[in-house]
Amino acid sequence: MSAETPDVLVVGAGPAGLAAADAARRAGARVVLLDAAGDAGGQYWRHLPASRPAAAERVLHHGWDRFAALRGQEVLTDAQVWLAERHDDRPPTLHVLVGPADGSDRVRRTFAPTTLVLATGAYERTLPFPGWDLPGVFTAGAAQALAKAERIAVGRRVVVAGAGPFLLPVAASLVRTGAQVLGVLEANGWRRLARAWSARPAELLSTRHKAGELAGYVRDLARHRIPYRTGTAVVAAHGTDRVTSVTVARLDADWAPVMGSERRVPADAVCVSHGFVPRTELAVSAGCRLTRDGGVRTDENGLTSVPGVYAAGEITGIGGADLALAEGVVAGLAAAAAADPAGGGISAGQRRDRTVNQRFAARLEAAHGIRPGWVGWLADDTVICRCEEVTAGDLRAGAAATGSRGLRSLKLSTRAGLGVCQGRVCGRTVEDLLNRHTGGLLDAGRTETRPLAAFVRLGELAAGADKEEPA
Amino acid sequence: MKVVVVGAGIVGAAIARELAMAGVSVVVLDRSASAGGTSAAGEGNLLVSDKGPGAELSLALRSLTLWRSLLPEVADTFPSIEYETKGGLVVATTDAGAAALRAFADLQRTAGVSAAEVDGLDYEPDLNSAHTAAIFYPQDAQVQPAIATEALLAVARRHGASVRQGVEVLGPLRGGDRLTGVATSGGDVSGDHVVVAAGPWSGEVARRLGVELPVRPRRGTILVTTRMRQRIRHKVYDADYVGAVGSDDAALQTSSVVESTAAGTVLIGSSRERRGFDERIEARVLSAVAAKALVLFPFLAGVAVMRAYGGFRPFVPDHLPVIGPDPRLPGLWHATGHEGAGIVLSTATGELLGDLLLGRAPRVPAEAFAVDRPTLRPHLEPSPDQ
Repeated sequence: MSAETPDVLVVGAGPAGLAAADAARRAGARVVLLDAAGDAGGQYWRHLPASRPAAAERVLHHGWDRFAALRGQEVLTDAQVWLAERHDDRPPTLHVLVGPADGSDRVRRTFAPTTLVLATGAYERTLPFPGWDLPGVFTAGAAQALAKAERIAVGRRVVVAGAGPFLLPVAASLVRTGAQVLGVLEANGWRRLARAWSARPAELLSTRHKAGELAGYVRDLARHRIPYRTGTAVVAAHGTDRVTSVTVARLDADWAPVMGSERRVPADAVCVSHGFVPRTELAVSAGCRLTRDGGVRTDENGLTSVPGVYAAGEITGIGGADLALAEGVVAGLAAAAAADPAGGGISAGQRRDRTVNQRFAARLEAAHGIRPGWVGWLADDTVICRCEEVTAGDLRAGAAATGSRGLRSLKLSTRAGLGVCQGRVCGRTVEDLLNRHTGGLLDAGRTETRPLAAFVRLGELAAGADKEEPA
Repeated sequence: MKVVVVGAGIVGAAIARELAMAGVSVVVLDRSASAGGTSAAGEGNLLVSDKGPGAELSLALRSLTLWRSLLPEVADTFPSIEYETKGGLVVATTDAGAAALRAFADLQRTAGVSAAEVDGLDYEPDLNSAHTAAIFYPQDAQVQPAIATEALLAVARRHGASVRQGVEVLGPLRGGDRLTGVATSGGDVSGDHVVVAAGPWSGEVARRLGVELPVRPRRGTILVTTRMRQRIRHKVYDADYVGAVGSDDAALQTSSVVESTAAGTVLIGSSRERRGFDERIEARVLSAVAAKALVLFPFLAGVAVMRAYGGFRPFVPDHLPVIGPDPRLPGLWHATGHEGAGIVLSTATGELLGDLLLGRAPRVPAEAFAVDRPTLRPHLEPSPDQ
């Protein structure tokens, strides 16, 4: 199978990927931008399909005008990268299936780009709690997607809980769909939030539009009389067929539930989010080194540890759409310049934009990062891995029975993370819990190792059997 | 007596269990975690069907007996090792292949293997009806290899063994011309004997201890499908598998091994390729494995693969495990080179090593596995490519 060889291949058409492809194109590079979804925009600019546009997209989406300017680019949609073959001295060969994932006639394409920009975004991270597998419990991202892309409310009386500024736009979207939001519960206390957000105030000036955006959400909450409670969490959901009430508790600074603070609140839906996990499987397959937080390690140009491979956006660490756009511009220009050194460079302003927004990302982690006390709200029968129905007790028992300090072995003996989501939902949590039970895993980080980045049918694999040549 | 076992995979685990149950003081060392290498990267085959008459088949038959007998030890205290005597169905897809398969089965029967020619569709209704012969091997069985490894280690610990993970062997401790232990990243560990059971990494460990051992990695890749209603009941493989197992070729060879697991997924192997410790998963290998599987079960074409994993089999040039003392360095023992059969052979390997080390009468002929056997002797010197 002959490989296509663009100057710059960009994987992911969210804010970072769109900005990268746009910048690289403006610098004169031959660019291919692809995305697994049927349309550009990523998770952030999720919208109704072009066939039935909403009049109010600009109201519903921050930065819609920026998106409108970027979305005019050519995007190869419904393009699933299922394998990245590592070459160490250059970008990997990417194997792609193009066509609707449920269709039977996807086309196999192969790319051997001169440079590669990975902008694959992040997965939502949701910490488990008793009852989180009941119908009526949504990840905040799923609720947001239903609200944004389908205009559907997840319930009538909804509690929004977790950590981070993402809870605010979710609550705002829910209100717009007609739901009654009973409260927004932030796990971190005022003390931590204030320390992180008020340090070095001058720095925040340059990202004040973002602070303004958050302030706007808070005003929204106030207008609808929605309480914003800090140091508080949903620690259990109750119901038989679906959620009918939740238990809310106060948390200490380490997120451990405070005994005696629990109270029951009737509700028919809960939306939870505790942050995001960089979606790094392609980067790991490509050989890119990760940071301790699990993001892809990059230099000031977005270059990873692999020559010719760049990364931008949430994949490098969670920082929001503004940082993703800034990183995308820099990585796109750097990738274009590496593919054709005669092209233009990166301006000081573009670099500054990236740096300023990175400081914002550091604040985000300082203010809202997950604290270890949350395990205090787990019960032995709380399901951790939903695909394979592995409970917190199973993980503890597995570690005790085997004495193993290996994530690989413990996953195989408990089956945690081996189901259809391949640990994308539970992987970090399984790893955290097993780290506690084993006194430290010796092969930590394996959760992000997924050589197959997407499902492939055996027939699709076999169809390439005679055409493949060693790359 | 104190014995140091290097390697917490299935072979090291079986040796530790055997010795600990005999009252030996055992410490198992692994540079990483238990059951994290080859033992966690295979299908858990307990096969006799792919072995012709000879020493390896004797070891395999003895191993099957031992697997059955140790089940009660691990029945209560552990997640199930998923031992299943499902039987193997070997299928030929050409006329020449059918003739070769029948001749091979005739030979195997003379050595105690049960093999019956059957109508393949009676055993596997979804099998490609165009196959030319099918032989059923009722002795073939399966375990979940990582759990089995941990279970054997747990039994060893119950009998006093200690398992130290994250401890890497750096060099020998010597007393005169004798090996008296190993220097490790966690300090010196002394022992009357040191058994190297580090699978494909045994060559490197042996070199650190001062001797050459021709063990090299032979890469394999397995595909895992999403869960499905069980439509494959046995371990089904094409007759080419036997040829690939015994091949010396370093280039890619694939043959199909297809089976359902207790979890409801289907495992599809397998490839064999010698290319060092190269962990990359490649499309050309996955495609070749998939194409072979569809020859056996055309219905799999629409089934989604959700995971692929690879591992390294410990390969030795004459295709026989190395089990026994190293005549070049008193105190050093080897138990490696099982290639793709380490899971099944682990139990009898543990027993044989115990027999030799404790002076008991071996229950299988030991000479065939000796380090200095004639077919291995030429390989015991450092080769120019290393």
